[in-house]
Amino acid sequence: MGSERGRKIVVVGAGPAGIAAACAAAEAGCAVVLMDDNPTAGGQIWRGGGGREAAQWTARLEASGARCWYGACVVSAAGGTVVAERDGEPMRIEYHELILATGARELFLPFPGWTLPGITGLGGLQALARGGVPVRGKRVVLCGSGPLLLAVAAHLREHGARVEAMAEQADFGRLVRFAARLVRWPGKLAQGLGLQWALRSVPFLTGAWPVAAEGRGELESVLLRTVQGTRRIACDWLGCAFGLIPNAELAAFLGCRIEAGVVAVDEWQRTNVAHVFCAGEPTGIGGLERSLAEGQIAGWAAAGQETKARALFGRRADLHRFSAELAEAFELRQELKELASADTIVCRCEDVRRRELAGYGGWRGAKLQTRCGMGPCQGRICGPACSFLFGWDTLSGRVRPPVFPASMGTVAAAGERQRREARV
Amino acid sequence: MPETFEVVVNGDVVRVEPGTSAAAAILMAGHGACRKSVGGEPRAPLCGMGVCFECRAEVDGVRHVRTCQALCRAGMRIITDGI
Amino acid sequence: MSEPAPDVLVIGAGIIGAACAWRLAAEGARVTVLESDIAGGGATAAGMGHIVVMDDSEAEFALTRRSRQLWNDLAGELPADCEYRRTGTIWVAADEEEAAIVARKHAWYAERGVMTEILDARALAWAEPNLWAGLAGGLLVPDDAVLYAPCAARWLLERAGAELRCGACVERVESGAVALRGGERLSCGAIVCANGCAAAQLFPDVAVRPRKGQLAITDRYPGFVNHQLVELGYLKSAHGTASESVAFNAQPRPTGQVLLGSSRQFGVDTPEIEWPLMTRMIERAFEYMPALRGLSVIRTWTGFRAATPDGLPLIGQYAAMPGVILATGHEGLGITTALATAELVAGTITGSAAAICGEPYSPSRFAAAHSYA
Repeated sequence: MGSERGRKIVVVGAGPAGIAAACAAAEAGCAVVLMDDNPTAGGQIWRGGGGREAAQWTARLEASGARCWYGACVVSAAGGTVVAERDGEPMRIEYHELILATGARELFLPFPGWTLPGITGLGGLQALARGGVPVRGKRVVLCGSGPLLLAVAAHLREHGARVEAMAEQADFGRLVRFAARLVRWPGKLAQGLGLQWALRSVPFLTGAWPVAAEGRGELESVLLRTVQGTRRIACDWLGCAFGLIPNAELAAFLGCRIEAGVVAVDEWQRTNVAHVFCAGEPTGIGGLERSLAEGQIAGWAAAGQETKARALFGRRADLHRFSAELAEAFELRQELKELASADTIVCRCEDVRRRELAGYGGWRGAKLQTRCGMGPCQGRICGPACSFLFGWDTLSGRVRPPVFPASMGTVAAAGERQRREARV
Repeated sequence: MPETFEVVVNGDVVRVEPGTSAAAAILMAGHGACRKSVGGEPRAPLCGMGVCFECRAEVDGVRHVRTCQALCRAGMRIITDGI
Repeated sequence: MSEPAPDVLVIGAGIIGAACAWRLAAEGARVTVLESDIAGGGATAAGMGHIVVMDDSEAEFALTRRSRQLWNDLAGELPADCEYRRTGTIWVAADEEEAAIVARKHAWYAERGVMTEILDARALAWAEPNLWAGLAGGLLVPDDAVLYAPCAARWLLERAGAELRCGACVERVESGAVALRGGERLSCGAIVCANGCAAAQLFPDVAVRPRKGQLAITDRYPGFVNHQLVELGYLKSAHGTASESVAFNAQPRPTGQVLLGSSRQFGVDTPEIEWPLMTRMIERAFEYMPALRGLSVIRTWTGFRAATPDGLPLIGQYAAMPGVILATGHEGLGITTALATAELVAGTITGSAAAICGEPYSPSRFAAAHSYA
């Protein structure tokens, strides 16, 4: 099958998966548009630059001929057109194929005091620091779960932060088994060992998690539960997140099948919706290499370059196995369901506390009665927390436009073309 | 030495480098919070990536701007404690 | 052993069913409410929660005026999450022709003891600075109000002390009994059918059909709008039979959010947003309030009003089945007329005196009932 020259491909999300997809499709001769709501490319992991590999990909992107739009937030998509908002103005872009590379966000579990200024996610703290938030000389405690914990700790130390402690909720035993299985991925093992060496002077607590953040008006200290009892650590910043969850909202909006929060795709990264592909974290949390592999497969598949896509199937399968290891090693323990006390705020947009959510059988009933999830985050923060705490399904069901808040003018513009066509 | 420029946060001038987010400028100006919650609590950025909306403030007259994703521009006017 | 059969079975735990349960319980009845999904989750959740007196017919006026009074009397007891606010309505006149209509409305209401105030262009601009300055004026109806209906429905059900069964789908209704999906059969005294559009599935000759509506709500902008603002063309949209229509209708939520409607569509029963109609609705709104353009929209949704051929609800005995009372077909006035509907329903069952005559809403007025062409 030859390449589809001139075929219009729109890629949503300019993290590693999106960059890889855009490069693959553009190099195959397609007319590619890459969009991201951040001011620059890179997504989360390559925010503010990234290392040598990031620089190589960015250079390749610039050379590929793909048209890049930053600060563009997708609001709706249907029937071959993406509607986004950029600088308050609507933009409409047509596509033959749409590749969703919308990445992941962090899972926040509420605990007493978690709404104090100074408390962020793990990747969140790194992102804020890369955006200029001063961390040099500041006392930082990092907790939650997952590989981000070490990666963020190392990065912040390089920038002069005083990382006082890291607290991983997974047990020591699980982490040891995970490390042993990392032998299959020597690169990742080396990376992990390198991080641990760099952080050797920083206390790394396993089977540990925050039970409360303390302070008047801002963070002053955190109380950690550890295997040896509770420990209070004074700090200026607390980075805390319990793993990653797919940004699957746009896929859900388009009608893609979502299973356990993950976008279902076939071997070509195609979803069940015609002309819609999905690559990277939304198909399953797996990190950088998986995103790069899936992005390339999607880009080549969308461009009709099936042979090239197929060449990466083996690598992708291997990386899927790594994803499974990650999920098992960092599975969240049941005790975390009790972190939030009755008075703990669960929905930050609307200040809805845990006790107000008791007794509802599902997300919709709770939302209608308590306003939980009715704020501008559209349930992106509280929804996954409620899923974990109460077992509610907070993603499926109708995801309505706008997929992100957008101005009334942009929402109106989204329907304009269809209206004009209807008149003709 | 990258060329710095000025932005204004709640009336106070802050000098920032290119690539600084409006959220960072708010913190550099000495404000611990970007907004007040529905219940009156101070709130600051949580996710750092534009999904939590805790960092929102008024930027150049537009309300509810996600400051963690807004790059500072010379002369930008930022007002916190909006809604 | 099993409990004695309830005095009344109410089908539907939306605002109408909840109000009926509340009223019947207050008159001493034991009530069971059957809801197929969640309480207040249907049209009750989708609507604007506007409590408004209407003048398009004497019958509509009687029902809305009485019900508005009942809501205003109840206001002091409603908990905070019902968000009851006496915002008032302003019917907006776009030009001199509409200003003349406003004057006639003012006189009409005055004759019937309803307080309204004519606003000229300047007074309108002062009351609502974000309205386009070129409008002619409006009619302020200060005793109209807004309410968050899902919480009001829940509260009414709690006050009724009624047994609420969610996930109970009624498949068949007979005199004195209903059959649920799954085979369970419940016997009772009277049955109140308050399940909106679904009434037509239980009783094919009942003349209600779905009329789809769409809404949008913004982030918080306190003070952007102060009253519920409705264009005069709303009446034509609501009472017309065009397959599609829009009318400017904006409400200040107590949160400071702006709730924007309204649209009407026949012949569509899918819940997706109809983009072209949404655009029409929003652009209509821009003509009245250009400043809406820059507000951040955080959510849109759809809902289905239960519409009847003449725009009046069906409240009263279902002639074909003694003991079955219909309370449906409220179109866009379900929230407004819930309490007066409940009063009429209770009167039919318990014989208590109702403040208004129920004849105009009798289901039998469509005696030679035809389905919609």
